[in-house]
Amino acid sequence: MRPRKPWHPAALLGPSLLLLAVFVVFPVALAALASLYSWDLLTPPEFVGLANYRALAEGGELLGVALRTLGFSVLVVTGAMTLGLAIALLVHRPGRLFALVRGAVFSAYVVSWVAVALLWMGLLDPDAGLVAAVLRALGLGRVGFLGDPDTVLATLAAVTVWKVTGYAMILFLAGLEAIPPVLHEAASLDGAGHWNRFRHVTWPTLGPTTAFVATTSLILSFQAFDVVRIMTQGGPARASTLFVYAIYEQVFLNLSVGKASALTVVFFTLLLALATLQLRAWRARGMS
Amino acid sequence: MKRALQWTAILLALGIATLWLAPYAWMLATSLKSLKEIAAHPTSFVPREPTLRAYAEVFAAIPVARELLITVVMASLIALLQIALALPAGYALAKLHFVGKRTAFVLVLACLLVPSQVTFVPVFLLFAKTGAVNTMVALVTPFAVSALGTFLVRQALMSVPDELIEAARMDGASEVTVVYRILGPLLRPTLVSLFLVSFVFHYNDYFWPLVMTTDESVRTLPLGIALLREQGTGVRWHIVMAGNVLLSAPVLVLFALVQRQLVRAVAGK
Repeated sequence: MRPRKPWHPAALLGPSLLLLAVFVVFPVALAALASLYSWDLLTPPEFVGLANYRALAEGGELLGVALRTLGFSVLVVTGAMTLGLAIALLVHRPGRLFALVRGAVFSAYVVSWVAVALLWMGLLDPDAGLVAAVLRALGLGRVGFLGDPDTVLATLAAVTVWKVTGYAMILFLAGLEAIPPVLHEAASLDGAGHWNRFRHVTWPTLGPTTAFVATTSLILSFQAFDVVRIMTQGGPARASTLFVYAIYEQVFLNLSVGKASALTVVFFTLLLALATLQLRAWRARGMS
Repeated sequence: MKRALQWTAILLALGIATLWLAPYAWMLATSLKSLKEIAAHPTSFVPREPTLRAYAEVFAAIPVARELLITVVMASLIALLQIALALPAGYALAKLHFVGKRTAFVLVLACLLVPSQVTFVPVFLLFAKTGAVNTMVALVTPFAVSALGTFLVRQALMSVPDELIEAARMDGASEVTVVYRILGPLLRPTLVSLFLVSFVFHYNDYFWPLVMTTDESVRTLPLGIALLREQGTGVRWHIVMAGNVLLSAPVLVLFALVQRQLVRAVAGK
């Protein structure tokens, strides 16, 4: 349609585009620029070229943070997808009990991260916690959970899986809804059992959903912050310092805007790489 | 065989329900315990002498009502602004022909790729420079436009016939009337989804309020509750869990009321 007045499109879109420019486009450019300066927020910034990147790379900090974050994300995605699909298959049937399970699992996704993180800190408390008590009752030894550098990342991933499985489940349920019952009936008539129907009917038709859930949760878990800030502050021994927490630490604890910006630039580049992966997954599925 | 399968499904479902509901039950039980009981029986699910003392301590430690009000106002403002701005922008992108339309659309899509975790350092510097840290402006304006919301409104408007808008124009309706009085009500389901998802996300948000506030002037409830533990001397889980109940109850009530819409919004249907 033709706009009534030539200036109408600008007036309709203007506020949105202006805000996006100020709060999205400009910050990305500013981060790229600030990553080339040394700046402690108190004295004037000083141009240092790529020194911030070099300092982060030489200490092994950058690689460590990137690999840790990727490892965490892979754990979360694998866990949440497997559980989400299994639960979706289980509760994709009528009945009050199954509706209750759907609501219970999804509720964790709706509740605040603060509440979930604090709740699991209590549950995992080595003295007062329920999990420790259950392990004691089963005759298993003390597990370090949040206090041990070897287990802290897996523990944070497990808590995250508990929180986000509901998201995967909801999307898988929507995917299952969309499978025409005729397909299952035809497979049954051909003598396919439960496993074969899953393998040859359910799993292939869920393809696009699986790709969507996998890539979306990969990108979201790559941005994890709350769980780290509340439960571990990146410790013990930096074993749970994930990307966004590392950026936060550089600005607000070390007052190093330059290093924080350099980390931001690398973080954003990795996110874009993951997003390309997401687009590819979509296209590949769309064509098959 | 069929019966056995049905029973396995029921047992599994009970196990999963326990895994997700027992933590809430423990949270509630712990919040009702006294300091003495929390020390003696930290893991029991039934408080022997239920007391609301932990809640009184939460109210004494932080201004719960004030922080809840700030949180609700912030989340509502964000959700309403997103809708108010997405409608005209989505209308222009879906219905009007003009030079630069493609560029504008690509810009909106590109912004989908930039989360607030990427922009918070520069935006914080911007607000620090203009003295906006610790104000509602710093909490709300960066989210006033939702790239996703604009995109979804545009998609929904694509299926609205042009004739409807032309008829409204013939009747003398202004563009403002077309956008807010005619297209707005037409897109009600989409806008309700947008509002719910946005409201719940920002009510719960910890990250942005944490980095944009340094004092209690606009401290939101999630921050206040998280501080409850950091300030606590020793581990007083009954107080932390009481705070947790206060923080989660409003969202869980909302969830119970609009579960169907919320599920549909998250599933993107």
